[in-house]
Amino acid sequence: MTDDVAHAAGHTDPPPRMGFFTDTTVCIGCKACEVACKEWNAIPEDGLELTGMSYDNTQGLGASTWRHVAFVEQSARPAGGSTGHDDVDVFDAARDLADSPGGSEMRWLMSSDVCKHCTHAACLDVCPTGSLFRTEFGTVVVQEDICNGCGYCVPACPYGVIDQRPDDGRAWKCTLCYDRLGDGMEPACAKACPTDSIQFGPLEELRERAAGRVAQLHAAGTTDARLYGEDPEDGVGGDGAFFLLLDEPEVYGLPPDPVVTTRDLPAMWRHAAAAAASLAALAVAGFVGRPR
Amino acid sequence: MSGSRDGARGAGRRRGRGERAMVPDAEFTSYYGRPVLNRPTWKPLDIAGYLFLGGLAGASSLLAAGADATARPALARTAKLGAVGAISLSTAALVHDLGRPARFLNMLRVFKPTSPMSMGSWLLATYAPLTMAAAAADVAGRYRVAGAAATASAAALGPAVVTYTAVLISDTAVPSWHEGYRELPFVFAGSGATAAAGLALAAAPTDQTGPARRTAVLGALLELGAFRLMKRNMGLAAEPYEQGGPRTWLRAAEVLTAGGAALAACAGRRNRALTALAGTALLAGSAALRLGVFHAGVASAEDPRYTVVPQRERLAARSRAGES
Repeated sequence: MTDDVAHAAGHTDPPPRMGFFTDTTVCIGCKACEVACKEWNAIPEDGLELTGMSYDNTQGLGASTWRHVAFVEQSARPAGGSTGHDDVDVFDAARDLADSPGGSEMRWLMSSDVCKHCTHAACLDVCPTGSLFRTEFGTVVVQEDICNGCGYCVPACPYGVIDQRPDDGRAWKCTLCYDRLGDGMEPACAKACPTDSIQFGPLEELRERAAGRVAQLHAAGTTDARLYGEDPEDGVGGDGAFFLLLDEPEVYGLPPDPVVTTRDLPAMWRHAAAAAASLAALAVAGFVGRPR
Repeated sequence: MSGSRDGARGAGRRRGRGERAMVPDAEFTSYYGRPVLNRPTWKPLDIAGYLFLGGLAGASSLLAAGADATARPALARTAKLGAVGAISLSTAALVHDLGRPARFLNMLRVFKPTSPMSMGSWLLATYAPLTMAAAAADVAGRYRVAGAAATASAAALGPAVVTYTAVLISDTAVPSWHEGYRELPFVFAGSGATAAAGLALAAAPTDQTGPARRTAVLGALLELGAFRLMKRNMGLAAEPYEQGGPRTWLRAAEVLTAGGAALAACAGRRNRALTALAGTALLAGSAALRLGVFHAGVASAEDPRYTVVPQRERLAARSRAGES
């Protein structure tokens, strides 16, 4: 049972596993979640840049960005080659859209990304200090007084979530507002979300709600709607924070088929052991027969 | 990046300035070309240095034990001092790379088999004192029994010190590290052997370095063969090894390792200067290999193509299998 992660981690009589269901169909890209997260968790400023790529100037999750609203601007035209900024005539582009049948269909996809709080969490697995741990709510949290900044969790995460804060040296990520959960409150981002795109609750309940929402959308003709990260059979054993998306995951910057790296760890150790044995044999071969 | 009307759809672009693509270009989408993974924060010199010095130390311990067993005292002395020096420097590099160096002892707070870095820390904590005891007994010329025991124990742990670092970097989501997990330990084993042999050839008298010459040749064969195999088996993730900076490092590693081994074999025990040159080349080749592997991994993490395309192919294969 993958929802029993807290019990498996040694918590006796844990509360139900808590998580996020982010329904991106109702996200309006207001970034209130980003602001609420920064405010509540007292996260330092990490760059005020204009990317020029879209209304997304946050760019991605990192040590000081625990919620990130992706903003995708799409035309319904089939994928072409790379289109740069430099040689675009916006008037021609507008005329093209008006002339082609269905070509004026343009859409904005917005999605608030966050730590997935994986069932099989690579960051937690590889952490050598025990700083990363599984809470009683089944979430994954960094203990900042333990982290020694080894940085191993950073390349281990298949989603590019956790990162090291350069000036501080330690690794940081979403805690699913562990401090608020302990007091029976919902995380700051979910609290601030004006459209209930970010929904917080027991994971089992969220999965039911999400399945219902997908059925509703399909019935309404939005056949692109699909869930991401809800499947306990996927490469990370299902996410504690999952999503309803309207396009392929990679369009939002999410990996299409993430796998926890430690799934292959037993095989890695076996290969390393075989290589170690080969090296020992090689050394013996170096000495036999008294080489000159 | 491609931020115009095509938005996220436009990132499937051709790559590699004029280089032959090893795998046909696949159309793929990404979020404005931004990486899916966060870039490893490890400092190249610290971590590549750590991988190299660990290899040098572990394989030197093997040479030391062999030299002791076959009565080659000068070779044994060089290898023991090499092992203790390399492992001390590698530990220093590891501590220096920490975001909070003052907390390095937290590495020994837990014993965690799911974390190669935890296992490596315990391995180092056991192995390093053994190399110190072995070298100290040798230099002091006293406590021979304890010294022999330390030498033998260090030699028993040495191969693990050499190869565990491959697990360390393979156990990540970084495509060009993870996908090589089967062959990379063998590459590092060979590279460690050539490094240790290189040090012995450079520093020990030539009449005792016969085993080092042979080790250099065998190590070079293992390293180069395993690397070829790795690149052949890892699909798209092999590409970063063939491009840009990593390619330069790895070409240099290949030339230095192959050249050093050949020179060591030919120079024999006659020419001191040529032997020393061969040893230096082998050491440099081993270091260049780790730098190349390190930078290739970082490059693969920075380009969403290496994350998205293989995962897409996996999903497509699974759905094909499901349909049939």
